[in-house]
Formats: sequence, C-alpha cells, structure tokens
Amino acid sequence: MIRIVALRLVGALPNLAGVVVVTFLLTRALPGDPAAFFAGAAASAEAVEQIREKLGLNRNLVEQFGLYLRDLARGDFGQSLSTGQPVLTELVSRLPASLELTFCALVFATVVALPLGVAAARRPGSWIDHLCRLVTTAGVSLPTFFTGLLLAYVFYFLLGVAPSPLGRLDPVFTPPPPVTRMYLIDSLLAGEGTVFRACLAQIALPAVTMGLFVLAPLARMTRASMLGVLSSDFIRTARAAGLASPTVLYTYAFRNALLPVVTTLGMVFSFLLGSNVLVEKVFAWPGIGSYAIESLTASDYAPIQGFVLAMGVLYVLLNLAIDLLYGLIDPRVRLEA
Amino acid sequence: MRAALRHARYVLSDNPVTLAAFVLFSGFVVLAVAGPWLAPYDPLATDTARAMQAPSLAHWFGTDALGRDILSRIVVATRLDFGIAVSAVALSFALGIALGLAAGFFGGWWDRVILRLADTIMAFPLFVLAMGIVAALGNSVANIVYATAIINLPFYIRVARAEAGVLRNAGFVEAARLSGNGDWRILSHHVFPNILPPAMVQVSLNMGWAILNAAGLSFIGLGVRPPTPEWGIMVAEGATYIISGEWWVAFFPGAVLMLAVFCFNLLGDGLRDIIDPRRRT
Repeated sequence: MIRIVALRLVGALPNLAGVVVVTFLLTRALPGDPAAFFAGAAASAEAVEQIREKLGLNRNLVEQFGLYLRDLARGDFGQSLSTGQPVLTELVSRLPASLELTFCALVFATVVALPLGVAAARRPGSWIDHLCRLVTTAGVSLPTFFTGLLLAYVFYFLLGVAPSPLGRLDPVFTPPPPVTRMYLIDSLLAGEGTVFRACLAQIALPAVTMGLFVLAPLARMTRASMLGVLSSDFIRTARAAGLASPTVLYTYAFRNALLPVVTTLGMVFSFLLGSNVLVEKVFAWPGIGSYAIESLTASDYAPIQGFVLAMGVLYVLLNLAIDLLYGLIDPRVRLEA
Repeated sequence: MRAALRHARYVLSDNPVTLAAFVLFSGFVVLAVAGPWLAPYDPLATDTARAMQAPSLAHWFGTDALGRDILSRIVVATRLDFGIAVSAVALSFALGIALGLAAGFFGGWWDRVILRLADTIMAFPLFVLAMGIVAALGNSVANIVYATAIINLPFYIRVARAEAGVLRNAGFVEAARLSGNGDWRILSHHVFPNILPPAMVQVSLNMGWAILNAAGLSFIGLGVRPPTPEWGIMVAEGATYIISGEWWVAFFPGAVLMLAVFCFNLLGDGLRDIIDPRRRT
C-alpha cells in the first residue's frame, strides 16, 4: 500500500512542477514591467526599484526562477498592497472557508446525483430518466453567479426562509472557537447547537448553487456506467441465482458502477474550484476566491498570483487523493502496482 | 452537399428538441448581426427620470439604476458575447488541432512536449487559470478571448491526437505515402479532413462553455468595462438590487445567458447525432 501511495506521489510531481512554472511565467515572462505590477498603480519610483531588486528582475530568467523557488520554499508569497499582510497568511486564514463551502457543495451534489443516476438507469425511458436528462443538460447550462442570485431572491427576499445571503455567519452570533476554522466543524466541537444551525442555514444557498452546477457530470456518468453494468453478464447471473433485488443493485452493480464516477471527480473538482470564485463573490463568502477578486479590483498582483498557485496546488492534491481513492475501491489497481 | 442537407433535415425532423435549439440559435445569430438596429432604445442612453422601472409595455425588461433600457442592452450585448465565444473557440480549434495532429502523427518528442503542455493546463482549475491569465496579460476583451482559448486547448489537442494516432497507420495514409506525398501534404489533405467530424462536435459542445466562461470573467470585473453592455457585467450590476427586490435588472440578462448556453449544449448533442457516422446509416 505504501508503495502505491509513493508511486502516485511521484506521478503528481510533474503536474506540481507545471503549476509552479506557469504561475512564475504568468508574471515574469509577459510584456510589461513585473516590478510595476507588484508595486501597484500608486507606487513611487523608489518602491518599484525596491521590488525589482527583491524579485531579482535585473537577472536572467533562470536565476529569477531560482529566487522564486527560494521564496516559495520560505513561504514568502509576497505582500498584499491593500491589506499590508503577507499573502500566505491571508490565504491560509481564508482557505478553510472555501474548503468548507466546496465540500458542502460536493456532498450536496453527490447525495442528489448518485440516486438520480441510479434511478434513471434502472428504468431507461421512464419519467425519472427524462428528469435526469433535463437536470444534466440544464445543470451545465446554468451560470453559477446567476443561479446564486436567483436562489437568494427566492429564498431570502420572497420566502424569507434563508438568512441574509452575506458572509459565513449572521453577525448576531459569535464565531465558534477556531480549531479547524471550518465553522460547521468548530461549532460541533464546541457543542454550540444554535451556532451550528445558523452556519448551516448560511452555507445552504451557496453550497446548493455550486452543487447544482456539478450535479450534471456526476448524474450523467452514474447513469451511463450503471446502465453498462446492469446489462452485463454477472448481473444477469446474480438475478438468475435468485438474489434479492437490492443486493444485486447495491452490492453488485453499484460498487462496479462507481469506478468511472470516481474518475469524473477530477473534472468535478475543476468545476467546483472555478465556480467557487463566482459563488463567493455572489454570497460575500470570505474565502480565497473573494480575496482574489478584491485584489483584482485593487490591481494588487501578489495575492492573485498566490491565489492561482494555491488553487493549482490544491487541485493537484485533490487529483492525487482521487487517484488514491480509486486504488482503494478498485482491488485490481492495487494488484497491478 | 445536397445529401448532407437532406440528411440534416431528416435528423432535425426526427429530433424536435434539436430543431427547437436550431431555431433559437438562428434567433441569436440574427440578434448578433442586426442587434444595434433591432434594439428599441439606445443601450447607453441614461435617463434618471425612468430609473429602476419594473417591466412594462414601454420597457419589456424594465430599466436599470441609470434608466437604461435592459432589453436594448441585452439585444446589443449578443454580438459581443457571441464574438468572444466564437473567436476563442476558433483560436483554440486552430491551435489545438495543429498541435494535436503533430503530437499524434509524429509521436516521439513532439508528442511528449505537447502532451505535457496539455497536462499542465489541465493541472489548474480552468476558470482560475483563465483569471490568472487575464490578470497577467491585462484587463481587456482581447485577453479574455486569449484566456478562454488557452483553457480550451487541451480538449482539441486530445481529440486530434487520439484520431491522428489511429489514422497514422491507416491504409489510405500508407497508400498516400507510397504515391509520394510528403508528411505535410498527408497531414493537411488526408488526416485533417478525417478528424474534422469529432472536432466539430467538440466545437459545438465547447461554445456554451466558452460563453459561460467569458460571462463569468466579466462578472468578476475582468475584460469588459462598463458601460459596455455585456450579459455577465449586467448580471453583476443587477446583483446588488436583487436582495432588495428589484429582480429584473439581473434576471433578464442572466436568463438570456442561460438560454444561449442551453441552446448551444442542445445543439452540440444534436450535431453529434448528425455527424456521428454510426447514426448516419
């Protein structure tokens, strides 16, 4: 098992290197003066010169890349001009909010998409199959920022069942004591039921918004792979042997159908992390996406670079986790290694 | 050509959903071409006397905070949104197919370098990469086109590489080589036409995603600047009013954007049915 993990880790290295090289190139190898970029629009000539010195922009590209790597290794992602804080500190303090939102969205999408896909595959051509097709085609067509606004209008303004769609927690509550910095987990750890419910109410709309967008690939893939598995010989044999229908469906078919679904998770996470930015802006969610947008409007370059790098690394790590998960549920992959 | 048209008509009559999507698409094309003449009002004319009016007979989709007619702005914006998507997809089609062909046909170093390029792009969440590219290249509409083209490259590279890798050893390619054709002639006259069908399906599936992406970028304030009418930026402008009940400012541009993407996705599925040779027989 350790060998498999090590192999996968090595396999993720080229992608990680690619992410670092691209984020470096995005600033240094482009036309324009990177020093002026990082110093911001209102910087004096001295400040620009200082940054030029610090980034080593008077040296050649290879040396600059070496300096960049050294800074990264020290955890130096540069400083935000608008807040004056080191970028890494801000990213780390805001990341839990983004992760919490992303995982809630994933849970919502999985809980809806898998049963829908299975139900559609069991009765092709039935109303639930048509519903599945409608949801998958409509789901990928929804602009997340638009769905978010629509949900906020309906559930906050019209029905009044959702709390004001701004931020992670209604200001009347105090945030739970920070342990993981994910409010849902922290409030449970502290045993504060009302705060937990308030957080849940707050996260529901943004999580559903993001979930609706990624529901489509999950449901479509579940349906397709479940259809394939259900028509295979071993299912026919299991049925002929007189096994109960739920046993055939869940123990035999579903476990096998799950494999292709796990491989689509990579694409799903790409969608999730991308739409994260849009949803965080709509719901004023204080994660790393809204940090990047605030910096964009302030022409503050270091946080954006840090954000792109952090998202790239996070995505590579998530893909690694998916790979490992795949090895866990598919014994054949374990045997091959 | 006549046979292809007849075939298209046959498939369309068989498939009412694709037909509806095709009609809708034609409507959007008309708006994109003739939008400025069709719009009932000047999309930039402000009038504070009629600001924030709900939809009425005079203003079907209402007016925004500056009293501009929302319907006119949506109609005029069609050309910009479609323009961005079409040019981005055309760029990634041209570049991606060329790279993919080289990778699949020549193999070896070409293949390794080009595949690594595609993998590196795919190593990012695509929308985030697009954000980073526009932020670095500078905040303009042209750079939105480039960023959208770059994040779509890997899909075309993969399609072309997979097809070219198979066709490289096909009988007709061998025959063409034996009759004295060079590599480039084989690629452009024999391999390229044969990868067009799967590539075209990719194009139609890609268009909706390209529009979504461009609108998303302008929603967060990249590329298109106010007061230029564009669907994403119009939704962003209306976002602040939706919580206080003025829903029409964000609703109509968002709904039209959704309709456009939906139309492209349905059309993509339909086009796959028309082009896929297994359905053709």
